[in-house]
Amino acid sequence: MGLTKRGRWLLSLTAVLALGSVLGFMTLNVHSDWAFIVQYRGTRLLAMLLVALSMGLATVVFQTITHNRILTPSLMGFDVLYVLVHTLALLLWGTEFGKGWPLESRFILEVTVMVSIALLLFRWLFNGSVRGLHMLILLGMVGGLLFRELADLSARVFNPSEFSIQQGSSVANFNRVNLQLLWVGLAAAVFCSGLLFHLRRQLDVLSLGRDVAINLGVPYRKAVTLLMLVIGALLSISTALVGPMLFFGLLVANLAYWITGSHQHRWTLPASVLAAIVCLIGGQVLFEHLLSTRLPLAMVIELCGGVLFIALLLRGVKQ
Amino acid sequence: MIETQGVSKAYHDRLVVNDVSINISKGGLTSIIGPNGAGKSTLLSMISRLTPMTAGSVQVDGLDITRTPGPELAKRLAILRQHNESILRLTVRDLVAFGRFPHSGGRLTEADQQHIDEAIHYLGLEAYQQRYLDELSGGQRQRAYVAMVMCQDTEYVLLDEPLNNIDMHHAVGMMQLLRRAADEKGKTVVVVLHDINFASCYSDQIIAMRAGQVAYQGTPEQIIRGEVLSDIYQLPMQVHELAGQRICVYFR
Repeated sequence: MGLTKRGRWLLSLTAVLALGSVLGFMTLNVHSDWAFIVQYRGTRLLAMLLVALSMGLATVVFQTITHNRILTPSLMGFDVLYVLVHTLALLLWGTEFGKGWPLESRFILEVTVMVSIALLLFRWLFNGSVRGLHMLILLGMVGGLLFRELADLSARVFNPSEFSIQQGSSVANFNRVNLQLLWVGLAAAVFCSGLLFHLRRQLDVLSLGRDVAINLGVPYRKAVTLLMLVIGALLSISTALVGPMLFFGLLVANLAYWITGSHQHRWTLPASVLAAIVCLIGGQVLFEHLLSTRLPLAMVIELCGGVLFIALLLRGVKQ
Repeated sequence: MIETQGVSKAYHDRLVVNDVSINISKGGLTSIIGPNGAGKSTLLSMISRLTPMTAGSVQVDGLDITRTPGPELAKRLAILRQHNESILRLTVRDLVAFGRFPHSGGRLTEADQQHIDEAIHYLGLEAYQQRYLDELSGGQRQRAYVAMVMCQDTEYVLLDEPLNNIDMHHAVGMMQLLRRAADEKGKTVVVVLHDINFASCYSDQIIAMRAGQVAYQGTPEQIIRGEVLSDIYQLPMQVHELAGQRICVYFR
């Protein structure tokens, strides 16, 4: 059960494009000495690679365990939830107790809190009590809006000078990457992707639905809980680095399904990451070096993702 | 043997299945019949651990289903429910291959491929095996799912209303196939059926449920009787012997 010829071609093409984007990002328009370029562009590149990895994997896995191709963790407001947790946590870091904590431990604690809340929300929304995809999307939108407003409110009430991620919380920004969290993020993302790749066959079975998965011997509840933890962690990493992105995950996950034409996670998982790299880094190269435009890339990506979202919804309504 | 002891299911305060203790012995075809809301499907999905029990216990070959590891149970017992909608674009062969998951963990061996071929042949799906599920008719798709369950190669095969939404031709084909699985392969087949005449013509054992409880259990000769069925369905029914089969008439 490999890929079709078309799938192989498209996947190879995406891989080449991704590699080209990375090379272009590092080598185009170099005017100063290489040591500086490697350090300056290298760290930004690494951050964007991490974002691509996290968003691609988290969205594909989320869509697998919720059995649909429209809902994403971002649409359910999980990334804004991280922003809210981060904003509220600043209160704690301001006290005597929290002052001595290094940034990495703060991040880990925030991720733990965010993941726990996300898991509770997920259990509540997906235990069968909320029926229908449209209801879930509506709840997600309202939840996301609520988290965002709460985060903005707390940011205004508490000392605004302490906000590092908070700046530009409404839209992702790839030129202002939070580099302090790069290494802890890298470690977590590598661990999570290794785990997901290890579980790729179980993910294939999970996408057949709860009943079939249990019939085939998958410990459903345990598996879904673990995967939700991984999704929460990946989403936190991406949001901490560049900020929340509403439609980016939707865009790359559906690109991955289209590219591979396969249901197997051994193909869709890497394809989603490659597609995300092409969108993020390729887009950056295109805008910064080839077009020399000041247009914010995040806006354009969100626009494309938004159009796709509406198209998917309309198709869903028709069926 | 499948053994249930005091199995109950309550949603809020409403008891759907109430203190059911039954034995389904190895081999043969057992039908579960009864009016709507009698708890047939709920009982079947509790036996196959798809729905958690409120009270009681279920044992399959002496293994408690709540304590036995999932993969272990998946090699002994297979369940197919009514609604199998998938967002995936799968070919029939891909779907059938999933039946080997409990045995191979998704890495298909030569022996697995043979099992897949055999299941596809058994359900007569050779011509469709490379077709996508969403291109098939309801009956063909149903057969593809049954092929997956057969490919799982379990001693016990449980099916929840396998005749729903398929025409008479395919319904007879499906029942003959399940009968053959019991006779030739020695499988223990348990089906929830709505059509009591199918239950009468194909079963070795019939379990009749009403209001969450087992009302009767026995052979078709014992259950397919006017007075018994009238009691179960609260409807006057006559049973006639036609060409050696007990046929129930209740239409007017």
